[in-house]
Amino acid sequence: MEKIALIGGIYSNYLALQETISDAKKRGVDAIFCLGDLGAFGPHPDRVFPILHENDVQVVQGNYDNSIGNNLQDCQCGYTDPRDNFFAKISYDYTYANTSEENKRWMKVLPPEIRLQMGGYRVLLCHGSPRQMNEFLWQSTTPTHFLEKICRDYAADIVVATHTGIHWQRELANDKHFANVGVIGRPENNGETHVGYMLLTVKSNGAATVKPEFTYVPIEYDYQRLAKEMREEKLPEEFVDTVLSGWWTTCLEILPAKERKCGKF
Amino acid sequence: MEALIEEIVEPQIKHPDLHLDALDNLWFQVSGTLCNIACNHCFISCSPTNHSYEFMTLDQVKSYLDQSVEMGVKEYYFTGGEPFMNKQMLDILELTLTYGPATVLSNGMLIREKTAQRLQEIEANSIYSLEIRISIDGYTEEMNDAIRGKGVFKKAMEGVRRLYEHGFLPIITITKTWDDHEDQDVMTGFNETLKRHGYHRPRLKILPSLKLGKEIARSGGYDQYEYVTTEMLDGYDCSQLLCSNSRVATNRGVVVCPILLESPNAHMGETLKEATKSFELKDQACYTCYLYGAICSNFSSGATEA
Repeated sequence: MEKIALIGGIYSNYLALQETISDAKKRGVDAIFCLGDLGAFGPHPDRVFPILHENDVQVVQGNYDNSIGNNLQDCQCGYTDPRDNFFAKISYDYTYANTSEENKRWMKVLPPEIRLQMGGYRVLLCHGSPRQMNEFLWQSTTPTHFLEKICRDYAADIVVATHTGIHWQRELANDKHFANVGVIGRPENNGETHVGYMLLTVKSNGAATVKPEFTYVPIEYDYQRLAKEMREEKLPEEFVDTVLSGWWTTCLEILPAKERKCGKF
Repeated sequence: MEALIEEIVEPQIKHPDLHLDALDNLWFQVSGTLCNIACNHCFISCSPTNHSYEFMTLDQVKSYLDQSVEMGVKEYYFTGGEPFMNKQMLDILELTLTYGPATVLSNGMLIREKTAQRLQEIEANSIYSLEIRISIDGYTEEMNDAIRGKGVFKKAMEGVRRLYEHGFLPIITITKTWDDHEDQDVMTGFNETLKRHGYHRPRLKILPSLKLGKEIARSGGYDQYEYVTTEMLDGYDCSQLLCSNSRVATNRGVVVCPILLESPNAHMGETLKEATKSFELKDQACYTCYLYGAICSNFSSGATEA
């Protein structure tokens, strides 16, 4: 495999998922992976699954999938702010009630990680971090030496995660690499309505080493339609606001100082 | 027969040993037990004259930062006493932010214009977050100063405003000294007061009070049955306990957690490596940590184990 598409949390945004997959196919990827969190936030959670199956998307289990699949009480984001918990519960209860038993069973047995070999690189795909499904790896709170230790401990040259909702990447010592691919479920708290996914290219060039290349691809989709369907499903106006404005309005507690300052709320 | 009688009179309590999963959080007792104020709920009784632990030097901090690299430490926390009493504090933060994210636990009173300016520059020059947590224990002068001392509220609010004006979103850290049913009113009170003082996007963090140090006189100490037993950890998520993922560097070695500084059991060694051994949960304050869990870290460091 030379080129793969890496999709972060979908959060029931099946419209963005369709656009993402067709974009990735146009770019000639060898395989498409999703790093988990299929449900939450958006409308009609069951619409995501047929799209994943039809396009042979390989999926890592996220904390949301683990919760819904195992009939847990909440999404395991562990909010402490009562307002965050209030909205997280609405989202979770809606997703749980509108996900079929068959899809719940499918999510329950998703793998917590996928390992690949791309050229000379051992690639590890996970949801939060290789050691903990719901660990947040933010750009501004993840030291380089921490990621280097993760690569050592988990025998990987390239580690890829999602979970936070904002993409970033960093080259580490000794040709090791980390990327957070962001999510396609909602915008990145930057005032823009697009979402995005990551392409990973590892060119094979005989014996010569060619460094892996991460490319973040912004995806435009029919966010007006998503907003309309969310309203029809009576999802909170606060969620709809995020889709329309590109600013996060809930679950803000998880943001570290630097990322929080970039947002509006 | 003698042994049997002894057992009846004083049953053996088995305290669990907790091993360190990973050293994710490294704390620095950077101003020792020295503080410019003396709050009546302080669990280590910090004050202008408590020299139990002294200021750490930049060199001492650097030595631990260097040790922390190989261990993969994720976040650095600075506490005291009042960290900004340490004259090297700004240099310490500048250095730390070349290693990873830093959080300072302060009362905000010493953050003058020049300090705020320098903090802003230090933050802007790093890829990592600099979190400033400001302790305020009441949303009125009356409520706060009854706990933290006369005139403290005003100065703390000035510090908060100054930080906000210099691009920070300080986390207001509040020790809970009210009943559960008042939660919502207190939160609303804080939000309104902070906005009125020029902080328009307040972030709040509520901490339980710890029945140690001066807090014993304020609320009474622990009951004799309040400790952690081996059975209590059955099925319990131990990542909630700070000692499963943290240690504290001080001017005289490494201690298990910021709460147990004065406990005779708390000293773990001189280096971080020595301090990775497991810890016996026999202090009564461990019971509070057991009940409330992960109270000292920032939220963004992540939810506890799934």
